Amino acid sequence: MADLLIELFSEEIPARMQARAADDLKKAMTDGMVEAGLTYASAAAFATPRRLCLTVDGLLDASPRTVEERKGPRADAPEKAIEGFLRGAGLTRDDLEERDTPKGAILYAKITKEGRPTADIIAEVLEQTIRNFPWPKSMRWGSGSLKWVRPLHSILCFLSREDGAEVVPLDVDGIVSGNTTRGHRFLAPDVITVSGFDDYTAKLKRAFVVLDSAERRDTIWNDATNMAFASGMEVVEDAGLLAEVAGLVEWPVVLMGRIGEAFLDLPPEVLQTSMKEHQKFFSVRNPKTGRIEKFITVANRTTADHGVTILAGNEKVLSARLADAKFFWDNDLRIAKSAAGMGAWVENLKNVTFHNKLGTQAELIERMAVLARELAPMVGADPQAAEDAARIAKADLSSEMVYEFPELQGLMGRYYALAAGHSEEVAAAAEEHYAPLGPSDDVPTAPVSVAVALAEKIDKLTGFWAIDEKPTGSKDPFALRRAALGVIRTVLENDLTIPLVSVLRGSVLEAAGAAYWAEVLSDDNEDERKHSIGMGLGHFRDEAFKTYPFSSEKTDDLLAFLHDRLKVYLKDQGIRHDIIDACIAMEGNDDLTLLVKRARALSDTLKTDDGENLLQAFKRANNILTQAETADGVEYSYGADVKFAENDAERALFTALDAAEATITPAMAAQDFTTAMSAMAGLRPALDAFFDATQINTDNGAVRRNRLNLLSRIRTLCTSVADLTRIDG
Amino acid sequence: MAETPRSFQEIILRLQSYWARQGCAILQPYDMEVGAGTFHPATTLRSLGSQPWAAAYVQPSRRPTDGRYGENPNRLQHYYQYQVLIKPSPPNLQELYLGSLEAIGVDMNLHDIRFVEDDWESPTLGAWGLGWEVWCDGMEVSQFTYFQQVGGHDCQPVSGELTYGLERLAMYVLGVDHVMDMPFNDPDAPIPLTYGDIFKQTEEEYARWNFDVANTEVLLRHFEEVEAECKAIIEQAHMDPKTGKRIVMAHPAYDQAIKASHMFNLLDARGVISVTERQAYIGRVRALTKMCADAFVQTRAGGWTEEVA
Repeated sequence: MADLLIELFSEEIPARMQARAADDLKKAMTDGMVEAGLTYASAAAFATPRRLCLTVDGLLDASPRTVEERKGPRADAPEKAIEGFLRGAGLTRDDLEERDTPKGAILYAKITKEGRPTADIIAEVLEQTIRNFPWPKSMRWGSGSLKWVRPLHSILCFLSREDGAEVVPLDVDGIVSGNTTRGHRFLAPDVITVSGFDDYTAKLKRAFVVLDSAERRDTIWNDATNMAFASGMEVVEDAGLLAEVAGLVEWPVVLMGRIGEAFLDLPPEVLQTSMKEHQKFFSVRNPKTGRIEKFITVANRTTADHGVTILAGNEKVLSARLADAKFFWDNDLRIAKSAAGMGAWVENLKNVTFHNKLGTQAELIERMAVLARELAPMVGADPQAAEDAARIAKADLSSEMVYEFPELQGLMGRYYALAAGHSEEVAAAAEEHYAPLGPSDDVPTAPVSVAVALAEKIDKLTGFWAIDEKPTGSKDPFALRRAALGVIRTVLENDLTIPLVSVLRGSVLEAAGAAYWAEVLSDDNEDERKHSIGMGLGHFRDEAFKTYPFSSEKTDDLLAFLHDRLKVYLKDQGIRHDIIDACIAMEGNDDLTLLVKRARALSDTLKTDDGENLLQAFKRANNILTQAETADGVEYSYGADVKFAENDAERALFTALDAAEATITPAMAAQDFTTAMSAMAGLRPALDAFFDATQINTDNGAVRRNRLNLLSRIRTLCTSVADLTRIDG
Repeated sequence: MAETPRSFQEIILRLQSYWARQGCAILQPYDMEVGAGTFHPATTLRSLGSQPWAAAYVQPSRRPTDGRYGENPNRLQHYYQYQVLIKPSPPNLQELYLGSLEAIGVDMNLHDIRFVEDDWESPTLGAWGLGWEVWCDGMEVSQFTYFQQVGGHDCQPVSGELTYGLERLAMYVLGVDHVMDMPFNDPDAPIPLTYGDIFKQTEEEYARWNFDVANTEVLLRHFEEVEAECKAIIEQAHMDPKTGKRIVMAHPAYDQAIKASHMFNLLDARGVISVTERQAYIGRVRALTKMCADAFVQTRAGGWTEEVA
C-alpha cells in the first residue's frame, strides 16, 4: 500500500476558484486512477492562495494484472476477418485458441494486461489532469503554451510506503516534479522538503501556511467575533465574504480598526457595501446604537509591530474610499433636497435607454406612473401617492452613489426620497418596488409599494410581449419569468382582486404605443421621422388602440404565460396541474386570487374520500350523458322532473340536488369555494345509490330523457364549481 | 533596506533606477493624451509579435471623469502611472515586482502585500489579460497582468505588465493623507514644492472644462476626423512610392486611435454619451486599435520578416 501526496504550487489563485479547483483536482485524479485499475482507501483535496493539494491513502502498489477473453470469428472465417480481429485486439495468431462450440469451431483470444506500477499511472493521470484542468479562466505565460490559472511553478508528487518514499517522475513543459515546496511568501519563503502528508501539513504550519480552508475560516471567524465581543461589538455575518477572505490568505491574522468619525453618519448599507466590495472588510456593529462603527480586516501575516502599520494603512485606505462615498452622498443629497428634487434625475433618465425598441427609462417611468395610478384602488393605495411613488422610484439610477454601487439601487432611492420630502410610503416604494427579486424574497405589502411593484413588472411583461421578446426555452434575458412570478406572488400573498385582463390590455396598448414611438425615433428616413415626431406619442398610442385584435391576442397570450407560471408555482405547493387547469377553464380566471382559492378548495376536496368518489361518479354521469348526446344529436339540458322518477334512489337524488343547489349557489356567489365544494362532494352517496339502482338507458323514452336531463343537472351543478372534466383519473 | 524616500520625485527616480538595474530600457512618456500607461505604443504595440522587449517609463494619464477639482484626497483627472512591460514574462516577475516596492522604501517586514484577482480587460484596446491588483495594507498599489490578447491578436510570447498608480503609492510610502500635500521635490530644497503647488490649479481648471465647458460639437467632430484619418493611414499601400521602401505606418495610425480614445473620454465626462451609444463608441475605437495592431504585426518590430512574407 502507498500514500500519494500532490501539490501544485503556483502564483496566486483567485479566491473564488479555490474550493472548486480542489474538488476538480480530486475528481480528475481519482477518476483517472480508478479507470487505470488503481483503487484507494480515501482522498482529500485542499487549496490555499498559492497551492492545490491532494492526498490519497491506501493506494495499490500497482494496478492488477487483468485477463480478458474475447470471442473472435469462426476458425474457418476468411483470412481477412481473422486479421482484422487480431489487429483490433493487438494480438498475433499464436495468441488465439480454437474451441469447439455447438456453432462450430470459434477462435478465442486471451488478452492479458500486465499490471502497471502506481507511479507510472499517477504520472500519466497527473499530466493529463494538469493539461486539461477545468479552470473557469486560464492563461499562458512566458514563452510557453501550458495553461494554468496563473503561472505554475512547481509540482510536488510522491508516493510514500512504509519502506520509504519515491518521487513520481514527471515533466510538464519543463516543470519537473519533486518532493519540495515553499512556505509563506514573506514569512517562510525557503524550500521545504517533505516526506508525507502529515509531515507536509506540519511543516507548512511551521512555515505559516494553514492548508485547510475550513480551518482558516474558523480561525478568522472565531478571532473576529472574539475581538469584536471584547469591545462590546458584534461582527455582521457574511458567509460569502468569509469564504472569499479565507481564500486570500495562507496565514490569517485578524485586525480590528476604526471608521473615521466623519463617515459614521453615512447610511449603514453604504458603509457595509463600500467596505465589503472594495476592501473585503467585515462590518462591526455597535449593538446599542445599531450603527456600524468598526471594521475587521484579515491580514496574511504577523509582523513585529503586531499589525500596527498594516491596520493604520487599512484605516487610511478606508477613509479615502469613504471620502468618495461621502462625496457621492453629499452631492446626491444636495440634488434631492434642491427645488427640482429627484425630478432632475428623472430628467436625466430621458437619455438612458431602457430597451432600444421600448424607448427610454423616462418613458418607462411615465407608463409605470399611469399603471400605478390605475392599480391603486385595487390594492388599497391612494392613487396620487402611487403615481408619485412610480415617478420617483427609479430616479436614484441617475445618482452618483448608485452609479458607483449598483447594488444599492432602490435603497438609496428611499433615502433620497425622504430627503426630498416625500412621505414614508412613497419613499418605501422606491426600495420595495423591485421586490420580490427571487422566489424566496419577500413581496411588498405596503399598498403604495404594491401598486408600483406591480406596475413595474406588468409594464415589463407587456412591453416585451409587445415587441415579441418572450422567453424561449432556457433563454430569458430580461428575466420575464421572474417578473411574472413577482406579479403572481404579490397578488396572492396580498390577497388582491385584480382583473388582469383589463389591466394587461391597457398596459399592452401603452407598450405598443411606446414600441411604435421608439421605431419612429430610430427611422433612418429624416422626413418620415420628422413627420411622425410631429404627430407625437399620443398619436401612436391611439393607433395602437385601434388595432384591438393585436392587444387582445397579446393579452391572451400573456395571461396564458402567467397561468403557466402559476402552475409551476402551485405545483411546488402540492397542487396538481390538472386541478389548476380545471379552475383556469372557469370564468374570471384572470383574477389570480380567486383562481387559487378555487384550486386550493378543489385540491382539498379531491383529497377527501367523498371528493374522490364524487369525481368518479361525475365522470360516469358525464360519460353517459356525452355518449347519449352524441348518439341522439341533442343536448340534454331540459329540467328533469321528479314526477318521472321511478325508484327511491332516483327520488332521493332529486332531493339531494335541491339541497346541494341551495347551498352551492349562494356559496359560489360569495366565492366560498370550500362550502360549495363540500356540498358538491356531499352528493356522492345519493349519486352512488342512484347509479346502483338505476339504469339510465331504459326502453321508456320519457324516463330515459328525464334521467339524462337529471345527469345534465348534475353536470351543470358540478361544473359551476370547477371544470371537473379536466381532472385526470 | 533603502532609506525612506522624501518626495514624489524620489520615488519615481528610484523606480527608474531599479528597473534600469533589472535591464529595462527606461523610456520617456508618450507625448499624447492617454487614459493609462498601457496606451503608450511601447506597451500596446510592443506586446505584439515575437520580438523580446523590456521597457519601463512614467506615463502622465488623463481620466476626465475622475476630476474632483483637486478636492478629493486621491482622485485626479491627471495623474502619473509607472509602467513596466517585459516580454516574455520572466518566471520571477512577482519577486522583481516586490523588489521594486522594497526599492521605494516599503518595508517587507511590516506590510501586508497581497495579490488579489483582477482580470484586466480594455474594450477600447481589444485586449485582455489575467493577473491581480496588488494590495499593500488593503490599498491597491499596482496592477499586475499577463497579457493574453491585444488588438485581437494572441500574445505569443506573453508579456508581463506592471502598472503603478504613482500618486497613491507615493502618498502611502510618504505617509501623506491628501495628494495635494505631498512633497513633489525634496521638502528641504531651497524652493520646496508640493503636488498641490504644481497641480491644484490645473485640477480645478480641467475639472471645470471637462465637466461643463468642453465644446461637445467640436469633440464629436474631432472624433470623426481622427477616426477617418486613422483608416486613411491604414489603407495606404505598404510600399512608399517616394522612397521605394516598405513602410507600414502603424504608429502614425495608432496616434489617431489614441486621439479618438481621448475624445471619447472627454465626451463621456461631458455626459453626452448615452449607455447605448457608449458601446458603439467603444466599438469604433476598438476597430481602430485592431487595425493598428494588424498593421504593427506587418512591421519588423512586430515580427514581420522578408521570409515570412
